[in-house]
Amino acid sequence: MVDQPEVASATLDALPPAAASSEPEPESILMLRKVSVSFSGKLAVRDVTFDVPEKRVTALIGPSGSGKTTLLRALNRLHDTVSSARVTGSVLLNGTDIYGGALHPTLLRSRVGMVFQRPNPFPAMSIYDNVVSGLRFNGVRKKSLLDEAAESALIAAALWESVRNRMTARAGVLSGGEQQRLCIARSLAVEPEVLLMDEPTSALDPQATRRIEELIDELSDRVTMVIVTHNMQQASRVSHRCAFMLMGDDRAGELIEVGPTDQIFGSPTDQRTSDYVQGRFG
Amino acid sequence: MVLCVICVALALIPLVGVVGYTIVRGAPVWSADFFTHAPTPEGIPGGGILNSIVGSLIIDGMAAAASIPLALAIGLYVSQSHSKIAAGIRFAADVMAGIPSIVVGIFAYGIIVNTMHHFSAIAGAFGIAVIMVPILVRASDGAFRTVPGDLGEAALALGAKRASIARRVLIPTAASGLFTAILLAVARGAGESAPLLFTAIGSQYFTASPMQPMAAMPLTIYLNGIQAYPTLQRIAWGTGLLLLLFILILSVAGRTASARLGRRA
Repeated sequence: MVDQPEVASATLDALPPAAASSEPEPESILMLRKVSVSFSGKLAVRDVTFDVPEKRVTALIGPSGSGKTTLLRALNRLHDTVSSARVTGSVLLNGTDIYGGALHPTLLRSRVGMVFQRPNPFPAMSIYDNVVSGLRFNGVRKKSLLDEAAESALIAAALWESVRNRMTARAGVLSGGEQQRLCIARSLAVEPEVLLMDEPTSALDPQATRRIEELIDELSDRVTMVIVTHNMQQASRVSHRCAFMLMGDDRAGELIEVGPTDQIFGSPTDQRTSDYVQGRFG
Repeated sequence: MVLCVICVALALIPLVGVVGYTIVRGAPVWSADFFTHAPTPEGIPGGGILNSIVGSLIIDGMAAAASIPLALAIGLYVSQSHSKIAAGIRFAADVMAGIPSIVVGIFAYGIIVNTMHHFSAIAGAFGIAVIMVPILVRASDGAFRTVPGDLGEAALALGAKRASIARRVLIPTAASGLFTAILLAVARGAGESAPLLFTAIGSQYFTASPMQPMAAMPLTIYLNGIQAYPTLQRIAWGTGLLLLLFILILSVAGRTASARLGRRA
């Protein structure tokens, strides 16, 4: 991967830290500044500002329609494929605005990966080809490099033992939970700095969900994760920080509160956050 | 129930009638010589349709080679784009698929034969390709659209460029649908006679030059079938049976492949 030059910004330096805490806060790898997303002129997410600390799990929580997934997809420019979509504000990845033109979207996406709601391994590819697909997309051809990356990504995704002897089988032979771990391995193989997860367990049974949550916990010391979830128990189990979003009066999603997970669930400052985490609505 | 049986019978009569009658008239004509020899001059017994078989393969092969990459690229574009241009292309392909093949024939004559000042196999291939392109565009558009959108997004999220998404994800995932599309389009093209009447015109001789007039099975059926001589009519029936089998095999193979695809999805 090519290192992007750090871009210093006076306005960013002037902003206060996102949360005050006794522990030393890790560096922020992603900084969202007044991020808005609209479709055909209609606002879906308004003015979201918060920081994502490095090598921590940040959960985006909130009821349906609060714009969590829309916001998540803005973080690796997946909205680029929708011509009616418009993203304003800035998203800084290690100081570089991903919408600023200095970082090509394909390079950005190999640094900010994504795991989707429904497990979506490539059906025409073998398990091995799926894991190394991202490297091949990025032009890696050397067999030894691919083999090494496949093994380490599958080990990291806790899938190596169950697939090492059937690497040439189609990905479709795996169970739903295994397919999702394969998708996580596929994302890890390109060694992203940030992994976005859009409700990664909503299509899985409780057993498979538990294993994915364990995996998220294990991975949190090597990659930064931003996870969208409807499931508040999940958010409280896997995340270090939570950002609570809610649909505003004009149906655009807004950030209500962001902070350490303990604080969001224990002593939220906003009444709406308190109502939501206590299950009074949503 | 009775009505049902009658309807099925009515539906099957034309198919069974055409296939059955062609077999009855065509099968006695078949012999090893029929497939391995070029026609003999009139009045001399023996001879076969080797030149027509080879001619059909050359003309349809050229048409397929030209139309498949072009039409699949268009189908890919149309399937992935939500633009007005894509909608326009889809509409144009629908309209083009309905153009009478005789009109395609006179168009190929006007464009190619008039320009080259002589009939040729390549002009025939052009006509057949014009027939095949809209069929391929529509069918490949359909095949590409069966690929779930989140696969393309997954590839995008791994840092893939559009070209490698097409090559490594969309085409392999849609492969069996594309295979069906190609078989059905070739079957349709191979059976067309009108575009060839104006272009390849037919030939008594064995030739492999695309710049020369060339025999093809549909032409051989037409040119021999309208003759008064029973020997020539027999050649038409024998050729008709071969062409029919060729197209039936392609159609059945194509539909079996698509049925298998449907089961898997």
